[in-house]
Amino acid sequence: MELGSLQRRYIDFTSALFREGFLDNQYTQLQQLQDESNPEFVLEVVTLFFEDSEKLLNELSRTLDQQVVDFKKVDAHVHQLKGSSASIGAQRVKNVCMAFRNCCEERNQEGCLRWLQQVRQEYFLVKSKLETLFRLEKQILAAGGSVPVLCFLWPTHVETLSV
Amino acid sequence: MSSPRGTKACGGVAADRQIHVLAVDDSSVDRAVIARILRSSKYRVTTVDSGKKALELLGLEPNVNMIITDYWMPEMTGYELLKIVKESSELREIPVVIMSSENVPNRINRCLEEGAEDFLLKPVRPSDVSRLCNRMR
Repeated sequence: MELGSLQRRYIDFTSALFREGFLDNQYTQLQQLQDESNPEFVLEVVTLFFEDSEKLLNELSRTLDQQVVDFKKVDAHVHQLKGSSASIGAQRVKNVCMAFRNCCEERNQEGCLRWLQQVRQEYFLVKSKLETLFRLEKQILAAGGSVPVLCFLWPTHVETLSV
Repeated sequence: MSSPRGTKACGGVAADRQIHVLAVDDSSVDRAVIARILRSSKYRVTTVDSGKKALELLGLEPNVNMIITDYWMPEMTGYELLKIVKESSELREIPVVIMSSENVPNRINRCLEEGAEDFLLKPVRPSDVSRLCNRMR
């Protein structure tokens, strides 16, 4: 695919991610911390997020599967997941975690299991979208171009600073 | 090893006196983010994943200009670490900043009363850290 259309595709894809609430401004903050001396910063942090989240989701499954559920433990894991998703700007995952924690407070095992399914879904969704994003970036760089820098000003307004 | 000659950034005051920040957080994601933010301001950064490891390091390495720690950590909270630092004659002069994802006024007040320099809400961003510039020891 030629460079121009790759870059256009990248812009459309990224704008949609912000518009649909998958990512928020924290992700933009991370992109701004990336530079020539730290060219893979975002990828590194997001990879840590993937590893951390999958561990937590497995732990949550295990903990909620017990006869007697340790809700404090469940809450601690969800708190961690909420924290790391907030740190990379994975807004939808973070929001589901917030609702999940309310269920923990109510000590509702059924409810918690439903929320676990929700958070798992949101996590795998954002994971696949971020992987697509990174793939597009790689393709653009391989085609000799530079990755467009998007400026996320407010919810519906996304501007391209440079291509 | 020569330090970079930082000019505008906070941490690069003089080549031989790069400011050293100890960052404590049990989350690998948050450690990576806070370290990058601090390093982009030219600070020298050491990260550890627990209060216990922080105290071990402080025992060995006296030249820490600031501690920035997460509040909620298993085994030893950031508050407990703060108390230990402030009660230690060798360590009490080191400014301690607490980070937390929860905006709990009681918690914030308790930390400030115990001698915390500042309290940052997570997720932490570069603008939060730049205001700490003048507080380094």
